[in-house]
Amino acid sequence: MKINIAMRAALFACATSIAAVSVHAAEITGAGSTFGTPIYSKWAEAYKKVSGNSLNYQSIGSGGGIAQINANTVTFGASDMPLTPTDLAAHDLVQFPTVIGGAIPAVNIPGIGAGGITLDGVTLAHIYLGKITKWNAPAIAKLNPGVKLPDLDIVVVHRADGSGTTFIWTSYLSKVSPTFKKNVGVNTAVQWPVGIGAKGNEGVANNVANTKGAIGYVEYAYVTQNHMAYAKMINKDGKVVEPSAAAFQASAAGVDWAKSDHYYVILTNQAGAATWPISGATFILMHGKPKDKAASAEALKFFDWSYHNGGQIAKDLFYVMLPSSTVKQIEATWQKEIATK
Amino acid sequence: MANYAIDVPNQSPSAPASRAEALRRFRFGDQLFRRTTKASALLVLLIMVGIIISLIVGAWPALHTFGLGFIFSASWNPVTEQFGALASIYGTIITSAFAMLLAVPVGLGIAIFLTEICPYWLRRPVGIAIELLAGIPSIIYGIWGLFVFVPFVQTTVQPAIIALFAPIPLLNQLFAGPAYGIGLMTAAFILAIMVLPFITAISRDVFLTVPTVLKEAAFGIGCTRWEVVRSVVIPYTRVGLIGGIMLGLGRALGETMAVTFVIGNAARISPSLLAPGTTISATIANEFSEAFGATYLSSLIALGLILFVITFIVLAMSRLLLMRIESTRAK
Repeated sequence: MKINIAMRAALFACATSIAAVSVHAAEITGAGSTFGTPIYSKWAEAYKKVSGNSLNYQSIGSGGGIAQINANTVTFGASDMPLTPTDLAAHDLVQFPTVIGGAIPAVNIPGIGAGGITLDGVTLAHIYLGKITKWNAPAIAKLNPGVKLPDLDIVVVHRADGSGTTFIWTSYLSKVSPTFKKNVGVNTAVQWPVGIGAKGNEGVANNVANTKGAIGYVEYAYVTQNHMAYAKMINKDGKVVEPSAAAFQASAAGVDWAKSDHYYVILTNQAGAATWPISGATFILMHGKPKDKAASAEALKFFDWSYHNGGQIAKDLFYVMLPSSTVKQIEATWQKEIATK
Repeated sequence: MANYAIDVPNQSPSAPASRAEALRRFRFGDQLFRRTTKASALLVLLIMVGIIISLIVGAWPALHTFGLGFIFSASWNPVTEQFGALASIYGTIITSAFAMLLAVPVGLGIAIFLTEICPYWLRRPVGIAIELLAGIPSIIYGIWGLFVFVPFVQTTVQPAIIALFAPIPLLNQLFAGPAYGIGLMTAAFILAIMVLPFITAISRDVFLTVPTVLKEAAFGIGCTRWEVVRSVVIPYTRVGLIGGIMLGLGRALGETMAVTFVIGNAARISPSLLAPGTTISATIANEFSEAFGATYLSSLIALGLILFVITFIVLAMSRLLLMRIESTRAK
């Protein structure tokens, strides 16, 4: 059942070298996460050039991705929310992370630029619970000595559509605030006690940009591309950190994935001095005993190629690659748990 | 063709046979035509019944779990899987009602102007502009609403409204701040703009059906233009007008994309019209793709079923209204 590593490496080398003359152009099908869509499509485009194999990825949302892989209509499903080991076992699924992203609190406060304000988890949770309603509230002022905070209402902006970003955000707030955990909880969509809901990252970004006193969470790419003002965060180690690719990666580096239970790891609020506390990975789901073994083997080849050659593409799209130690572990998992022969 | 069937026997000696055959052929054609049209009509019914059944089947788990409480609970919590439709129903009805309140007088006003007062050279351009307005896809209204209209409302309209109504007891609750720009009122504004062309175009068309004789007679006995419109044109076209307004209301109730952009998408019931809210169709559109779990999905389908029922009630009510008008006219 297992493929020998050397053989697999040889196979892979073969596949890449004879790509140009490859006659059997297999099609890999996948569906799910909208967060992962840009990177999966760009990887697929590049991979097709070297292997001749194409990926048909449908961006239907994580919920849809899980349903599709359970129904066995696709080779892999993609979800922003890791499944619990129990759920995985129930449907004979194996999951592994692909890329890391982070959620950033973007703000619109007159006189405050990028990184001009610092927040910690509890304060952020209280803002999203509606307990802190003014920018000059004592809790915020205490974290920002010397910063001139205006007497301005806080306008909370959140995602209206179900989203992996919301999952990361609520997961973080729940970890740092028991009240948030009890009253709101963790999910891709939650019942927000305050604020306005906007559709998609672009909707949140736009609402924050247009509304004085607004705070909203968006993916990293939106902050950098739109030059938005954002808040720095105090992480679990008590250090003030700026959001950056390195800081997201740091949150994954500290995790011992080998000890994790089927990669059921949520990267929020991880220890480490350089760690951005609101980071998260997006996941791929595949059957352990797939019906179409050849297609699954092709899909794994695609992800293998992407892990090793997709770094630049990921960087261009503001995603962060997994540390190479993690990739090694994932590839070992494939050997062990996914029967492609 | 019918003449041919009758004429043939008079000209030909072998009349009876060919006449019978011709008649049979026509009967066959008639039958075929009748069956085809009947099948088309039945197909609509079949699709309708199919949709209702699939909605009920899809909604059953949620309705079974929450019972009647589904309609009366305002909690929409995907985490604890406690779902209730009240906030969405409230938002749907408030925005649509407010939109009609704005669009009906303006739409009728435009239609009256176009048919009674407007100089001839201006009628066509204004008429075409209104029809074009009806043809704009709703997503465009949404984007325009979010990027152009919302900032304007937030910085100009809402602060003025909040300041205006602040000293008046009940109204200051209805128009309470803060000015988000986004919210129920903005959604109603956008909806009003969207349904305006429907109401205008239909009322204009029905106003044009009023016989000139009637209007001239009214003018002849000294009626002012307003009296002619009020006492002749509108009573004469009542049925058509109600039809147009109901069509507009139907569109307002089901409108999704434009509303999603500007309503704020918060499953809460607030007394203020400026507060964010949500509608049934906006909730479904936002959450369907990422809805984990059977109860969640089923609750969204149940929302769809409720929208279906609301639309049905609106339609039934307009029928009832028409029937009452007919019966009072008969007396």
